[in-house]
Amino acid sequence: MTHVVEEPGTAAELLRPRDTAARRVHGLLHRMPALSPLIVLVLAGIVFGLANSRFYAASNLSIVLQQAAVVGSLAVGQTLIILAAGIDLSIGAVMVMSMLVTVKLYSSNGVPGPVALLIGLAVAVVAGAVNGFLVTRIKLPPFIVTLGTLSIFTAIALVYARGQTISLDPDSFLTWTGDTISFGSFDLTIGVIMMFLLYAVFAYVLRQTAWGRHLYATGDDPEAARLAGIRTNRVLLSAYMVAGLVIGIAAWIQIGRINGADPNAGLNLNLESITAVVIGGTSLFGGRGVVVGSLIGALIVRVFTNGLALMRVDQNYQLFAVGVLVILAVAADQWIRSVKS
Amino acid sequence: MSAPALQARGLVKTFGHVVGLAGVDLDLYPGEVLAIIGDNGAGKSTLIKCLSGAMVPDSGTILVEGRELSFRGTQEAREAGIETVYQTLAVAPALDVASNLFLAREQRRPDLLGKVFRMLDTGGMRKQAKQHIDELGITTLQNIGQTVETLSGGQRQAVAVARAAAFGGTVVILDEPTAALGVRETGQVLGLIRDLRERGLGVILISHNMPNVFEVADRIHIQRLGRGIGVITPHSHTPAEAVAIMTGAVALDPGGGTGPEETPATEG
Repeated sequence: MTHVVEEPGTAAELLRPRDTAARRVHGLLHRMPALSPLIVLVLAGIVFGLANSRFYAASNLSIVLQQAAVVGSLAVGQTLIILAAGIDLSIGAVMVMSMLVTVKLYSSNGVPGPVALLIGLAVAVVAGAVNGFLVTRIKLPPFIVTLGTLSIFTAIALVYARGQTISLDPDSFLTWTGDTISFGSFDLTIGVIMMFLLYAVFAYVLRQTAWGRHLYATGDDPEAARLAGIRTNRVLLSAYMVAGLVIGIAAWIQIGRINGADPNAGLNLNLESITAVVIGGTSLFGGRGVVVGSLIGALIVRVFTNGLALMRVDQNYQLFAVGVLVILAVAADQWIRSVKS
Repeated sequence: MSAPALQARGLVKTFGHVVGLAGVDLDLYPGEVLAIIGDNGAGKSTLIKCLSGAMVPDSGTILVEGRELSFRGTQEAREAGIETVYQTLAVAPALDVASNLFLAREQRRPDLLGKVFRMLDTGGMRKQAKQHIDELGITTLQNIGQTVETLSGGQRQAVAVARAAAFGGTVVILDEPTAALGVRETGQVLGLIRDLRERGLGVILISHNMPNVFEVADRIHIQRLGRGIGVITPHSHTPAEAVAIMTGAVALDPGGGTGPEETPATEG
């Protein structure tokens, strides 16, 4: 220990902790919640690239992106809800319902593709409104509401489709999201581009509009937001409905990916979207995080499973690795969220 | 004296069998600090909730600059020029000082980006926020882009007061603004209250802290068991006498104060 003679100051100044390296790192991570997942993604990219040279093959990278497109898009909607201190366990079920309605209207009822798509989007928005209504008006906890609607929406979808998978002609309007634009052996699907657009749009909306600020303030401290004059119930309800629209778009991307609709295509997506958001540095307590973090989170999951698969690691251990990531991410969030002024 | 900025006449508010306010009158003039004191359960909180629009009284009238108004929410009171600094401060910890000043009152850019894409005028709001804070002489808030969670209790209080001062056209209500503060920070907040008074605003100060009240208030409204039992001044009574009246140990001498002419010193 070196002894430094300090000028006498107030008690607060004397008691203020020194500006150590750990504090500076903490401050930086606190201000930029997407920074820590970005570091993890870059490190994972380096490690898996060194482990297997095929990882950086253009064809492999385009597969990683395509695998991330649906869960990445759903994670946009999930981020909106989690930022508002809610959670949506029914997100995959809503997507399946929207997907089945769109595809069945088109293939069985002869409804034109664009109209069927609009109806599918409307179904997803209504489902979001149901969740939002139960949370804001009936004042039920979002975890319970969406746990219930997860079963309800899944049941509706299965009844509606009679549990059947519906295939589409790959040239139809509805599967346009699966079309690829190739740069050499790098295939970018329309769905992947749409996912990036969703992130661009919501990064803007959350940062640059009043609605975005109200969403953060509501998630951070709902009572304070209400007293400050924000209509918090309206903000929450709109968050669930806008998330519904995003889920509907994710459903369209999924239709393009599997060339049709499958009632079982959303089972894991409920939780995978939450995983992406959490790994992406958004706090489950609401009010903290950035939407781009969820994109990084979705990519981290895909990079880990892809990289481990290339190393011929058993699928079960890939799952294990994702679980470890989630717990590390939440532990990091606990530390980062703490404030030392 | 000029016309009252805020008047309340016969405010009644009951919660089932519990009487929160049993007909309270109150006058607040521009450029004065009116303190409201009273024991727990005297109806202080209910009174300011009615005045700030957070609660709707069962009966009675509220007049702002002579106009009779009834508020169905805090937003309506705010539009009438009544700003409230809540004890909980109502600030969003993760947002910066400027964003908090303009919370729920954000301004959009005047150009196409603002009109079509609803883009906020972040730069403009920061500039105005800085201006407001400088005008109030708040020196403790140097960095307008700092998040509120990194501020001390006194600085947060300054943000909340600055917000009320920036938008409060007529009246600013402060609920226990010094309760959580240290000596130096308390002094700063009392300074801010004097600034508000000098700007011609009517200030209502709810406080348990008698030294603070006697230091800054022009008149003191004493609330007891749901009734306003009288108005005194720091010159007419001592803090000890105020506490005695407040707790019912001593009845208010009708000739002692400069308050309303006929003050019923009895209680229900």
